[in-house]
Amino acid sequence: MYRYDEFDSDFVLQRARQFRRQTERRLTGELSEEQFKPLRLMNGLYLQLHAYMLRINVPYGCLSSRQLRKLAHIARVYDKGYGHLTTRQNVQFNWIKLEDTPAILEQLASVEMHCIQSSGNCIRNTTSDPYAGAAAEEIHDPRLYCELIRQWSSLHPEFSFLPRKFKIAVTGSPRDRAAVKVHDIGLRLHRNPAGEAGFEVIVGGGLGRTPFIGKTVRDFLPVQQLLSYLEAILRVYNQLGRRDNKYKARIKVLVHEMGTEAFQKCVEEQWEQIREGGLTLPQEEIDRIGAYFAPPAYEDLSDSVPALETTRREEPAFDAWLQNNVVEHKQAGYAIVNVSVKAVGAAPGDISADQMEAVAELADRFSFGELRVTHSQNLVLCDVRKTDLEALWRRLAAIGLATPNVGLLTDSICCPGLDYCSLASARSIPVAQSISERFADPGRLRDIGELQLKMSGCINACGHHHVGHIGILGADKKGEELYQLTLGGSADENTAIGKIIGPGFDAEGIVDAIENVVETYLSLRQDGERFIDTYQRVGRDPFKENLYASDQGR
Amino acid sequence: MPLIKGGERVDDPWISLAEGAEIPPHGPLIVSLQQWRDQRAALLARADTLGIRLASDQPTSEIADDLSHFELVALEFPSFGDGRPYSHARILREILGFEGELRAVGDVLLEQLHFMHRAGFDAFVVSSETALEDWRIAESEIRVWYQPTADGRPTAMMLRRG
Repeated sequence: MYRYDEFDSDFVLQRARQFRRQTERRLTGELSEEQFKPLRLMNGLYLQLHAYMLRINVPYGCLSSRQLRKLAHIARVYDKGYGHLTTRQNVQFNWIKLEDTPAILEQLASVEMHCIQSSGNCIRNTTSDPYAGAAAEEIHDPRLYCELIRQWSSLHPEFSFLPRKFKIAVTGSPRDRAAVKVHDIGLRLHRNPAGEAGFEVIVGGGLGRTPFIGKTVRDFLPVQQLLSYLEAILRVYNQLGRRDNKYKARIKVLVHEMGTEAFQKCVEEQWEQIREGGLTLPQEEIDRIGAYFAPPAYEDLSDSVPALETTRREEPAFDAWLQNNVVEHKQAGYAIVNVSVKAVGAAPGDISADQMEAVAELADRFSFGELRVTHSQNLVLCDVRKTDLEALWRRLAAIGLATPNVGLLTDSICCPGLDYCSLASARSIPVAQSISERFADPGRLRDIGELQLKMSGCINACGHHHVGHIGILGADKKGEELYQLTLGGSADENTAIGKIIGPGFDAEGIVDAIENVVETYLSLRQDGERFIDTYQRVGRDPFKENLYASDQGR
Repeated sequence: MPLIKGGERVDDPWISLAEGAEIPPHGPLIVSLQQWRDQRAALLARADTLGIRLASDQPTSEIADDLSHFELVALEFPSFGDGRPYSHARILREILGFEGELRAVGDVLLEQLHFMHRAGFDAFVVSSETALEDWRIAESEIRVWYQPTADGRPTAMMLRRG
């Protein structure tokens, strides 16, 4: 993974000291809360319902064991002993004191981490494929470009006061695990017929109040031109993006209102003026950053491990875990292991300090000391020897992190909701917990198969409900929590926005409604179909008919 | 209000033409885009230097062809969060090649000064009474830069490459 050099280290330390000064001015009353707000937001510090929340960037989801241990330390000393993995591959702490934040930032700097631009109207932490570098079908490792974007976007002198926040995602695989079509900019690495690497550039996707699927503005951008092209897009957006209404200020609305062609023309004109300038990436620099992401020292191993087959016959739980949580690796004899942070009845993505330390230990022992945070709020150990899988599984099970549900219904994505968030309209964690308990039986879960449930506690859609196979949107109707159901969304390479199925449900009714939808699917599915396949084949009517056949559950 | 230029607090030789006021015969004068359009001939007939002020929603293309007439361009920040003038500044400096004074006016706070300086501004009308101290803080805190801009500071990438 990337390691800071003296420049990066100085930079984050300087920034941490700057925030110490700003915080001191706030604490002495020299700055009002109104004046302080934009400053703290640019360092990831939000004021939530009960306390300050600090969002720490995990650069494109990559963590070292040393960094995870530091997060455990922060959880224990400055929070209530746990942290939260977010849908943007970051980590949040929900019970932070303002006066502690300068010290926390300095501690983070000591392990090459920061909170710069983890909120505010600026370029946020770039997200990527959690299997980057290890996925069997990967065309090109996206991480080196994520790192180049991280550096280029850090305290950018032109783009720190954008109309609204700005999110970039990069994938290098045909299977899109980074949801590139629902980001402000999505970049898909591929190769042209000559074998050169370049990006498909997708602009104007997004969720929130008005979901849009991004539009391709360039099929092939040579990698050397990445930063100049991003700068051209951002320059158009910074000048023309709407500033009169924060709900219409994202680039998706600009692209929609201008039309893709007019927007594209504008970008190309800007780009012509700067493409030969100082942002062109020298090949040596690409190679230099790329070297940080060279494959770890894999051993020459056989891909066939007969002992695994024996154990999985004897241990059904191990078998279920292998099937759902373990993914094929590009390197023979190795596997990608998903660590489910979605135990039955737990708050999705919450992880205790003890668990963090234990996982850090397992990363050191079994996966070259590195981990990933996923978009679906889990962790990944990317480079595990197949011969170690059983030992790893036993240790994960002992700390409650081996629930065999990755990609299944109870591996839901969920925002913090009204339990923490000052924007929320309804609670989301308790609903996710109820659903998780209702579908706790591993056999039933496996029978249902791949099913992505995504839940947001308000219209801002942090839980990505628009792109869940099943989406739940919490609303407030005259003081009562109301949950709306959407079906048919998808965040992968076949991105689709789910459709609202009908009137909403109360907090208990929504759990019955999910069960009803699942039963309809099971009764209709044909050989081997996933939920989303069945839905796409039969449409929403059969689901709707069963759901509203009687008034039960309403 | 204090004017900071070249790292010093300096007297401002420029006057701004008030709405509807007579054009003064002498002295460096800053006019709005509208005044420039309405009174172009009279303004060009003066012997003294001319500057122009653009609101944040007036793009640089409005003055691109006239730039040679101006020794100063003032860009207005109507609020802390309106970031359009940063793009306008970089376009003026890096694409249109403007070499005169580029002045930040309006809501100009300590926390923006470094971004402004990097984007190409070289003069700042700061509302704070501690303007010079603010300037020194803003310039001293961050000493590593990742983006090449017209301010010519060496980026981390340049320094790494030697």
